[in-house]
Order: sequence, then C-alpha cells, then structure tokens
Amino acid sequence: MKIDWAALGSVFGVSLVATVALVGLFTLGVIGLSKQEQAAAQGGSAALARTGAYACFALCLGAVAYGIYLIVA
Amino acid sequence: MEHITLLLAIVVVTALVFDFTNGFHDTANAMATTISTGALKPKTAVVMSAVLNLVGAFLSVEVAKTISKGLVNEDGIQPEVILAALVGAILWNLVTWLVGLPSSSSHALMGGLIGATVASIGVSGVNGEVVVSKVLIPAVAAPIVAGIAATLGTKLTYKIGAKTSEKDTAKGYRVGQIASAGLVSLAHGTNDAQKTMGIITLALVAGGTLAPGSNPPVWVIVSAGTAIALGTALGGWRIIRTMGKGLTDLQPQQGFAAQTSAATVILASSHLGFSLSTTHSVSGAVMGAGLGRKGGVVRWSTATRMFVAWGLTLPAAGLVGAGAEYVARQGQWGVYVVAAFLAASCVAIWLVSRRQPVDHTNVNEVEADAEPDGVVTTAIAAVTPPPAGTVAAVADEDLKTTIPAPAPTDPAAPPATAAV
Repeated sequence: MKIDWAALGSVFGVSLVATVALVGLFTLGVIGLSKQEQAAAQGGSAALARTGAYACFALCLGAVAYGIYLIVA
Repeated sequence: MEHITLLLAIVVVTALVFDFTNGFHDTANAMATTISTGALKPKTAVVMSAVLNLVGAFLSVEVAKTISKGLVNEDGIQPEVILAALVGAILWNLVTWLVGLPSSSSHALMGGLIGATVASIGVSGVNGEVVVSKVLIPAVAAPIVAGIAATLGTKLTYKIGAKTSEKDTAKGYRVGQIASAGLVSLAHGTNDAQKTMGIITLALVAGGTLAPGSNPPVWVIVSAGTAIALGTALGGWRIIRTMGKGLTDLQPQQGFAAQTSAATVILASSHLGFSLSTTHSVSGAVMGAGLGRKGGVVRWSTATRMFVAWGLTLPAAGLVGAGAEYVARQGQWGVYVVAAFLAASCVAIWLVSRRQPVDHTNVNEVEADAEPDGVVTTAIAAVTPPPAGTVAAVADEDLKTTIPAPAPTDPAAPPATAAV
C-alpha cells in the first residue's frame, strides 16, 4: 500500500495558500473600490485605493487565466 | 461506425444517459453557492454552467485513456460490463438526486465498474490498492482540504473587510463568485464529459467497431458534450438546494470563499496528480465557509446524511452493477432486460420526484418564503428551521424538507409541500 503522501501534502499546501491569497487579494480589491466610491461620493478621489484595487483584481484575473490554462493544458 | 450492434447502441445510449445525469447531478458543484447567495438568478446560473460545460468538453484534446484509472483490469472488458457499470452509476445518481444529496458521479461510475467487473471475472479483476489510494483517501481528503482552505479564506475576508458596508462590496463578491463558479464548470466539462467519451470509445473498441487506441470519433465528442450540457441546463435543483441552503447559510463573502477554495482545490489536485472529487471538494468548502463566519452554523444532520451517501456510493453502485452484469451476461435477452429495468427505474424515480418538485422557482426557499397564504404559511412555518436551533429540531426539519413524501401514506402532502 503506497499512498502518495507527498502529492497529497502539496495539494493541501498549494490549495491553502492559493485560496487564502486569492480571497485576501480579492477582498482588498473590493475594499479599495468601496473606498474610492466613498471618496467620490464626498467629491474627492482616492487614487491610491483605486490603483491598489485594480492591481489586486489584475492579480486575481491572472490567477483565473492560469486556472483556465491548467484546464486546457 | 459500419456495423454497430444493438448491444453497442444500447451501451452508447446508456453512456449518454449517464453523462446527462452527471450533468444535472453536478450542477450544484459549480452553481449552488452562486444561486443561494443570489449572485446569479437560478436559470442564468445553470445556463452559464451548461455553456461552460459544453465549451469544456471541446477544450481539451487529451482523452481519458483509462476510464477506471487502473481500478479494474481493462483488457478484454466486455460491452456488457460497461453497460452494467453504467446502470449502477445512473441509478445511484438518480436516487441521490431524489433525496437531494450531493455525491460523486465518478465514484458512482467506479463503484458500478468494480461491481460489474467482480461479477464478470471475479475479485481478481479489481485492484484493491488502487481503490484505496485513488478513491477512499481522496474522498476523505477532499472535504478536509477544501474545508480548511474555505474556513481560513472566510475568516480572512471577514477580518479585512470588517469596516466596509455590505452595499459597497456586494457587487464585488458577486463577480468573484461568478468567476470561480465558471472555472469549476469549465473544469467539470473537461473532466466529466471526457470520461463519457472515454467510456463510449472503450465500448466501441471492445465491440470491435474501432481499432484499439483510436481517438473518440467526432460524433462521440459532440454527443457527450451535448448530453452533459443539457443535463447541467436542466439543473439538479434538489442537490443545489441542499448544497446552497441545506448545509449552512451562506453570505456572499462565504459563497465567494467557498467557491474559490473549491476551484483552487480541484485545479491544484488534478494538476499535482492527486485528483480529488469535485463534489467532495465543494461540499467541504461550503461547510468550511459556514464554520468560518462568526455565528455560522453547519447543519451536521444534513452533512451526516451526505457523508453516509458518500460511504454508500461505491457499494450501492457496485451491487447494482454486479446484478446488472449477471443478468446482461445471460445473452441478448439479458441485455434487453437490463435496459428495460434501467428505463423503468428512471421513469419511476422521476415520477416520485414530481410529488414534491424542486425547480428554479423554489430552489432557495428552504427557509425564506414571503407568500402570505394561510395553508402555505403554516406548512412553511412547520418546516422553517429555527435560527441556529438545536440539533434535534434541525434533524426534524431535514426530514420534512428533503426526503420526498412517502408514497401513498401521505395524501395531504402534494398540495401543501409543493410550495415548500
């Protein structure tokens, strides 16, 4: 009986890190955008928050693209 | 395709039926969280999932060469064995759908295959070590891995998003959920539609219609992709309801964390060579997300029934597969009997399901319903779970909502429960 503990372990590790990182990034992006909206409502702008939000979403988009690549490959 | 015998035709049609049940059984994996949190309208969600399943079926040219992953000895496998395996898998899929429990379609197929192989050539045809390492271990690991990832993700998103208002973030989480649900659908199309293509091809090779080692013909690819997409579009609403509402109550943040965790686990596991079942991953992720929110509850009675169903998948599908193989082996008439039995069972299960239909209109109505009707409200009040109630009360609610009305003993059931 040989169970591939190494593969199982890496699945566990990769899934954990990737999920937490993605969810975290996405949440930061969502927060950034809501900050921007609040600022816009008060007549100002929050360029940093917006740029940061877009950067976060870009990274998430990259992850989705990589996911599609994994499905196709 | 010059001379397809009647037996082969039956096998091909049965394989497509399995593909169809696979589609509507597994819609929940991709779309349950999206539907229950309201990110997409139920119909929109299943149609989107169906389209992505169809696309997925055509995306990858790499064909599942071995349908059984070395589980059984595939050399000299007979079309009858494949037929019997499919019968076991289809029936298990339909029964679990009827009671609204998510379970792995792949496990059902493997169970049917094991049973049929044992009945055909004996226990020696089954590789027990592979059963443990490719079926049992992943079945335990998938929900744990996905669950822990989803719990941590949920905790994180609530923590860093604590200061934002729900109104500002709802749209964002909505988009995020749709994206990760789309990935799961796409992955499902490539995996599971390919599986059916592999089965049909194997049957054609076994029947001598195709040369060994050939790729699936175009008509196989098209029909398998179409079957799984149609099944998905039909929507397995009963299972969607259990997964999206029955296991726990999901808010958009949780739905997003759960679906992201599930997509990550599915892709990571298939890429790193330790394939985990989609259904098990998603169920685990949903429960994990339920635990990750402060005050979130997981309805363990529902979860327990689901775990029991997982445990029964292999033996149940295997028993039916073995029985079907025994009958089909008797000759031409045996095959007809098996096919007729399958058709009759499908119709019977469908008829039972009509007693208490669940569709896109009431998929989210386990606990919330605004209809101000006397009878209906009372009926709903009877089945609405108390907020974070006791285990006993919750168990009671489950019995009332998800187990179909027992046949003739409950004459009042159809009108009252139709709205529940």
